[in-house]
Amino acid sequence: MTAAIHVEDLVKEFGSTRAVDGVTMQVPAGSVLGLLGPNGAGKTTIVRMLATLARPDGGRARVAGFDIVTEAHQVRGRIGLTGQYASVDETIPGWDNLYLIGRLYRLPPRRAKALADELLERFRLSKAAKKLPRDYSGGMRRRLDLAASLVGDPEVLYLDEPTTGLDPRSRLELWDMVRSLVARGTTVLLTTQYMEEAEALAENIVVIDHGRVIAEGTPAELRGRTGGQVLRIRPDRGADLAEIARQLSGTGGRSAVTDPDEGLITLPVSGQEELTAALHALTACGVPVDGIDTHTPSLDEVFLSLTSGDPADDTRRTA
Amino acid sequence: MTAALLAPSDPEAPPRRPSRSRVGVRDAVGQSLAIARRNLTQFKSDPSQLLDATVMPMVFTLVFVYVFGGAIGKGQADYRQYLIPGIMVQTVSFAAQVTGIALNLDFSKGVMDRFRSMPIARSAVLSGRIMADVCRLTLGQGVILAFAFLIGFRVRTDVPSVFAAVGLLVLYGVALSTIAAYVGLAIRSPQAVQSVGFLWMIPLQFGSSMFAPPSTMPGWLQAFVEVNPTTLVVDACRGLLDGGPVAGNVSGSLFWIGGLLLVFVPLAVRQYGRRTL
Repeated sequence: MTAAIHVEDLVKEFGSTRAVDGVTMQVPAGSVLGLLGPNGAGKTTIVRMLATLARPDGGRARVAGFDIVTEAHQVRGRIGLTGQYASVDETIPGWDNLYLIGRLYRLPPRRAKALADELLERFRLSKAAKKLPRDYSGGMRRRLDLAASLVGDPEVLYLDEPTTGLDPRSRLELWDMVRSLVARGTTVLLTTQYMEEAEALAENIVVIDHGRVIAEGTPAELRGRTGGQVLRIRPDRGADLAEIARQLSGTGGRSAVTDPDEGLITLPVSGQEELTAALHALTACGVPVDGIDTHTPSLDEVFLSLTSGDPADDTRRTA
Repeated sequence: MTAALLAPSDPEAPPRRPSRSRVGVRDAVGQSLAIARRNLTQFKSDPSQLLDATVMPMVFTLVFVYVFGGAIGKGQADYRQYLIPGIMVQTVSFAAQVTGIALNLDFSKGVMDRFRSMPIARSAVLSGRIMADVCRLTLGQGVILAFAFLIGFRVRTDVPSVFAAVGLLVLYGVALSTIAAYVGLAIRSPQAVQSVGFLWMIPLQFGSSMFAPPSTMPGWLQAFVEVNPTTLVVDACRGLLDGGPVAGNVSGSLFWIGGLLLVFVPLAVRQYGRRTL
């Protein structure tokens, strides 16, 4: 299968910060790649470069067979962009948004009109056709945004955090719409902070943090990366969390993650030896424990252990 | 409906897939027109954008004719004849400010990213804006002329002269719009664009023969008024609407308009290029 998106050692610098630090990845034509990472990991910067909105400082990328720098115009004719940054025009009604984009693609007026009608109908926005997008709900805006990015019948579609800020129902609706696009053969690059979303839509997942690829594979492969099991310990006193985590981290390669809100410590363990060593370490601490169990990790836990992040730690998220 | 999308009803008109790296002239013009249509649609959904070009000049007319008219001129009737061509020039300079603010707002919203990620001529957003502004400027002239007739202004020349005056005003408006476009693109915050806009517009308006004869002003101010292009355009319009010398002022105006376009079109385009890189 040929790659619809081919990224090689891509770099983007902002001042002295390397927002994207040598990313290499491939998206086979007709597949969905989930680009997963915390805020500030560099996801949006990658999408902006692949959408020809930002110039890379190093590396190369080809989209639908064209170079994103030297053949930007050809790339633009084959992509659609939806999400955080590309947005709908708030100053004109929903229908006019789609008609305008059709005309900018040089569709004849009749075809542009028909397509605007069709897309509004398909995204259940017909009733809001004459309304300004600023009067739309969050879900309606995203749907219009997605519709707008389909006017050009793109071969490659970028969805940059398409459901951030949406309520669960709207999120499920949007997922269904993305799935029907994929069924038509569109290649999709999806960025998201939610493992659940990547797993629901993507065949392949690339996890990035601090501008680098830290893991990639199918959701099942990523699950396997943590070794299969997670040990969870609930100490009697919340104050003991840090001490236990410190002791556990000394036992093996992986580091324990503390969740002060839940009063939990989680530690990925692979095999008997690691588990036994962890239990010995726990006993050695001598702190009272309220509960303890092991379970197969959820992808969110895999994600957290990969990004070695603490969900409550905001200092690194804004980096 | 999905089926209709899968198989477009008009298979001969799929979106163009550019194979070359540049947009042809015909496509660029079509795209500019699409943007112009969009900008005109904005006025429909937010008519307050047109207030600057219509209601403001009427208010100025009323204030100057009935409040100051008696004191400035020999009488309100004479002053009205003197003032209206000036107000018409003021109308285009107010309208030009909107160009800069609207461009600035386009860039502060995500919609510019959408346009930039599409295979369209880079100049389309700028030229489409100017095309819509020509419509807006012409509408403003129609409104203020109708209003002037209503309060007793009379054209003392002929119909072709009126068209010539409106044409000259629209040209001057386009020249001022390119200045405003440059300012709107060079400055980030919309509020600052507004302030800077007033900063260059107020001297251009009041330091001219727009409201009062320059002969009544101190010498240093007269020197500025003489070289101010607004004075030339105002005096050319007075000639075209009220009678009097025309040729010198019209050619002087055109000279200025050409000069302003020559300087500010490249500046605005360059600034636009910087913002869109």
